[in-house]
Amino acid sequence: MTENTALRVARPAARTENGRRLHGHLKSRLQKGLVYGAAAITFAVLLFLVAYILVNGIPQLKPSLFSWTYTSENVSMVPAIITTVEMTFLALLIAVPLGLSTAIYLNEYATRGNRLVNIIRITTETLSGIPSIVYGLFGMLFFVTALHWGYSMLSGAVTLAIMILPLVMRTAEEALMAVPDTFREGSFGLGAGRLRTVFRIVLPAAMPGILSGVILGIGRIVGETAALIFTAGTMAQIPGLLQSGRTLAIHMYVLSGEGLHMNEAYATAVVLLVVVLLMNLLSALVARRLTKQ
Amino acid sequence: MHGVFFACALASILAVALICVFLFANGVPAMREIGLLDFLLGTKWSPTNVPPSFGILPMILGSVYITAGAILVGVPIGLLTAIFMAFYCPKRMYGVLKPCTELLAGIPSIVYGFFGMVVIVPLIRWFGSRDVTGLGGSGSSILAASILLGIMILPTIIGVSEAALRAVPGSYYEGAVALGASHERAVFAVMLPAAKSGVLAAVVLGIGRAIGETMAVIMVAGNQARLTGNILKGIRTMTANIVMEMGYATDLHREALIATGVVLFVFILLINLSFSVLKRRKNT
Repeated sequence: MTENTALRVARPAARTENGRRLHGHLKSRLQKGLVYGAAAITFAVLLFLVAYILVNGIPQLKPSLFSWTYTSENVSMVPAIITTVEMTFLALLIAVPLGLSTAIYLNEYATRGNRLVNIIRITTETLSGIPSIVYGLFGMLFFVTALHWGYSMLSGAVTLAIMILPLVMRTAEEALMAVPDTFREGSFGLGAGRLRTVFRIVLPAAMPGILSGVILGIGRIVGETAALIFTAGTMAQIPGLLQSGRTLAIHMYVLSGEGLHMNEAYATAVVLLVVVLLMNLLSALVARRLTKQ
Repeated sequence: MHGVFFACALASILAVALICVFLFANGVPAMREIGLLDFLLGTKWSPTNVPPSFGILPMILGSVYITAGAILVGVPIGLLTAIFMAFYCPKRMYGVLKPCTELLAGIPSIVYGFFGMVVIVPLIRWFGSRDVTGLGGSGSSILAASILLGIMILPTIIGVSEAALRAVPGSYYEGAVALGASHERAVFAVMLPAAKSGVLAAVVLGIGRAIGETMAVIMVAGNQARLTGNILKGIRTMTANIVMEMGYATDLHREALIATGVVLFVFILLINLSFSVLKRRKNT
């Protein structure tokens, strides 16, 4: 009898202790489940998106889509592809020297804690937060209207160059920072000047990092729409410097907006997606070479 | 050469200055002409009526609703995925999954928009149809835009919060485990609170991305300039307003669109400011 009461007294305490442990265990289980579930959702969405576009788009890649000139019948994407290449080249021509020079100035020339350096950092941070539509508006107001360049490749390219400037600059700066100071000291010790050190020693060592940033920039340019509609326009032609042209992304926007050419829009989506996939892969490979060194 | 590098370094300052000057110089006169309060708080947008009415409150609220929806969708999933990447993912798997999140960031917004248009919108139309819930709606809606933008801000949320979680000293985790905490308890009760300001910075950055997104939103949000709280109905954001009408707008209408851009720009500047404040707090 006494044993029994003792048990009876002990039991509720044991139960809550057990219960708490069980509760904690359940909570852990739940948290673990949520973490795995969320990760599964994220990567399932990515996989589904890529697979959906590829599966629906690849059958739409017909030879007529790749004829040399655009007509409203064949809806060829060749002019758009050439425009995209042209646009990428032009924008990089402006953004890479500017971004690289800025990075070199910040990392190799400026004294740390310089007031101007802080201002440059704040402005680049601001630039990287500005949405592409605002760049598009600015490009329209400044390059198209104020400078009278009209809807043209030039207006579009300069707008895009400003847009990817922070990306190019930041990756270049990180790459330069990663070059050990002993490289520079060695070079100075051998009697080289600062400029020679930068170009012969620091830049080659930082090249993979710089390149991977540039490749990411290419990805941004290829996929950009909002910044180009009101700067480069939407003409489907192979454009000169001061003519309007539509890149692949804009081509796709126009097609899907009309609603008449959904199949062609799928096909364009495939081409865009493959280009972006390749760029990401390339950037990752180049960056991996950097970490191996 | 020092001078050349220096001059190039000034380019970003020049760019920001030019952007501010040109946007404000072209947008502010319209605000003055319409009246700042009528412009910001006016509920009627009918630029081609006689007399025209330029109230952008529906668009401001549209941007706010859709951004809030995107945060509701994107932050829990993104944050939990970041926790997975930082504390659960096996190393070999990480080498595959990390580039995947970067790919998610690299996919052009037009492709996201197209995906939303052909997958998410029909799904929501089906959900609202008479056979299922009978709630109605064409599918192009606040909900569709929120889900799509929630997906689009995932890489931002994952990247920034993963970095924040990894910046927490490992001794915190070891201490928690040494006191008898399980892996989950150590992660959720110790590591996550320690990374709080970084996670908040990720959310703010996500808000910036979502509010500035244009093309994807246009393709799924329906774009009706109206006040509605019904998530199955279409709505128009500030970004959509600019792109949809800039092509044919003239005179005051055009200036009102640029002024819409100015409002958006001010929103973005405020968001950027709070982001850098948060980042600075994290560093100290």
